[in-house]
Amino acid sequence: MAEFKELPAGAPVTQQVTTWLENRFPTAFEAYRVHMSEYYAPKNFNVWYFFGSLAMLVLVMQIVTGIFLVMHYKPDAAQAFASVEYIMRDVPWGWLIRYMHSTGASAFFIVVYLHMFRGMIYGSYKKPRELVWIFGCAIFLCLMAEAFMGYLLPWGQMSYWGAQVIINLFSAIPFVGPDLSLLIRGDYVVGDATLNRFFSFHVIAVPLVLLGLVVAHLLALHDVGSNNPDGIEIKARKDPKTGIPLDGIPFHPYYTVHDIMGVSVFLMIFSAVMFFAPTGGGYFLETNNFIPADSLKTPLHIAPVWYFTPFYSMLRAVTDDMVNVLCVVVGAAGVLGYLMAGLRGLWRWVPLVAAVVIGLLLKTFDAKFWGVVVMGLAVMILFVLPWLDRSPVKSIRYRPGWNKILFGLFVINFFVLGYLGMQPPTVVGTIIAQTGTLFYFGFFLLMPWWSRIGEFKLVPDRVTFHAH
Amino acid sequence: MKKLILSLLAAMSFVSVASAAEGVAWDRFPTERVTDLAALQRGAKTFVNYCMGCHSASYMRFNRMQDIGLTDEEIKTNLIFTGVKVGDLMKIAMDPKDAKSWFGAVPPDLTLIARARGGEGKGSGADYLYTYLRTFYRDDTRPTGWNNLAFPNVGMPNVLWQLQGQQRAVFAEEKDAEEGGRPVEVFKHFEPVSKGTLTKAEYNDTVADLVAYLQWMGEPVQDTRVRLGVWVMLFLGVFTVIAWRLNAAFWKDIK
Repeated sequence: MAEFKELPAGAPVTQQVTTWLENRFPTAFEAYRVHMSEYYAPKNFNVWYFFGSLAMLVLVMQIVTGIFLVMHYKPDAAQAFASVEYIMRDVPWGWLIRYMHSTGASAFFIVVYLHMFRGMIYGSYKKPRELVWIFGCAIFLCLMAEAFMGYLLPWGQMSYWGAQVIINLFSAIPFVGPDLSLLIRGDYVVGDATLNRFFSFHVIAVPLVLLGLVVAHLLALHDVGSNNPDGIEIKARKDPKTGIPLDGIPFHPYYTVHDIMGVSVFLMIFSAVMFFAPTGGGYFLETNNFIPADSLKTPLHIAPVWYFTPFYSMLRAVTDDMVNVLCVVVGAAGVLGYLMAGLRGLWRWVPLVAAVVIGLLLKTFDAKFWGVVVMGLAVMILFVLPWLDRSPVKSIRYRPGWNKILFGLFVINFFVLGYLGMQPPTVVGTIIAQTGTLFYFGFFLLMPWWSRIGEFKLVPDRVTFHAH
Repeated sequence: MKKLILSLLAAMSFVSVASAAEGVAWDRFPTERVTDLAALQRGAKTFVNYCMGCHSASYMRFNRMQDIGLTDEEIKTNLIFTGVKVGDLMKIAMDPKDAKSWFGAVPPDLTLIARARGGEGKGSGADYLYTYLRTFYRDDTRPTGWNNLAFPNVGMPNVLWQLQGQQRAVFAEEKDAEEGGRPVEVFKHFEPVSKGTLTKAEYNDTVADLVAYLQWMGEPVQDTRVRLGVWVMLFLGVFTVIAWRLNAAFWKDIK
């Protein structure tokens, strides 16, 4: 415990108040120093570093608008749709709150995708920040659950049938599938029971976990310190007298004023969408969702909201043909492992045996199940990224030039998959999605190999910084 | 790289061809009418007179029409025929079960119809409605005696026929390249069968007013939203400049 401070008589009132508080709640003052005024962040952050604080802003916005929406929303299959329209029409400023929340959902994903991509290009997940990254991935998973369940609540046609399709995916899991999907739905079809449990998860269960993870993400980050566009550990070069990193500056005030600027620009873009195109051209609020849920009328084309479509695309890409391709890939990997992995004795056979077992499993279960597995793995693979990347440097700045092209292709591929996931399946589209799926997994699974090769540039001792 | 992007784009444009089926291309709704109060009031009149026999607007309250320049008194005397209160929702008395047996489907609630339609690259919901309400034609093969170009085999008859008059659609068989050269029926033009009380131009006008009303009713706040948005953008514009200078003032110490 910190020492009890006594002030000399006649000290200014403000000082008396702060001292009184600090004597009784030193933790808060310590937290302010550790996380704000004496948290030293690298001074060379660029535009990519806005998205972390923006994600937090959107999270707070979603929580606050959510609180107001819950005051008027009715989680009841017979009333849900009408209650949303009631909010849009009769509740004073309800339309603004609702649009903030619906636009915020899409904004959250845009900001988080950019935040994650920043981590990838600057190697922010690498030692010693593996846990920061893993907490982040868990946040992303929670966010997906949160968005999926939230989308059911307006109880429109797309809400209903989107949920129906995704929950049905779980029934493809061998043995436990049908029971599992029944457990999720709480009924044999998506209905009132489903709406109620999704509401519960959306407004309390998932947000609690999400907030806990955000705290863990930040605490872990502040323990190890932020990475930067140069991928240089600023803690390696400290001022010998003060012990402060030479390239570090206090988060407050420097990055607080910096982030206010980012927030301002973000809010401009956000407001432009929310006030002038709140449906986001049918991507943020889908046209079909203005029709109340009807369990007897299946829409011609059901697609998840845009932020899920890259993963949905990968799920649909797994057809029987794709399973055969996967068998060949797994077989080739097994043979390669047998020949090249450098294992000794009986261990040498492990890759081959594993390949045969996986191949047999692939052919035993339905392609639909493997689609679900592929979709799941597409997210889960992010968790192990810190161990897939074997590059000697962190930042893309000092990696071989062609790595930029590779990351560029990764982004284009993600967009193409996202686009295809919105469209009804076609022959050509499926082939492109299958190629894209192989590329997505190839990018990650071959990373231990490709991240080591090529010519790396010399990483400087100090960060690159040009004064403003 | 560029080639790859181009070929990917080309492949994707191939993908979206399939979704442009069902019905004719849509005409463009004259969007400026949505902010024309007189047009919205005329549209409201047409709506309660011709649409509300079968269609409800059950998320909408009568007195919301204050937003289009009507007083409660005017709404009560001109637009409410059933004696409900002016603050009530615009519901109808027709039993959905009866509706189903008469039309084969329950006539949808129209509060959000302009927002619910549209998309698929053919235009907005208003474009669809503007086309739909003008392309009814006589078809004796249908139970109601009516068919529609924008919504083939629709269950709804042309309730505006006394205004529009009756028309017949002339189709011709053409070989369709996309369908592998199979002959398909292609719409050519309409032929008048009987005259309505309105001329073609007047009828288009009436429909445009009605669609303007439907568009407005889908989101009564839409005009306020845009006007508020302008102020918010102006504020944020100023705020961004302040935030930028504030940032610069702090960061000038960092070398």
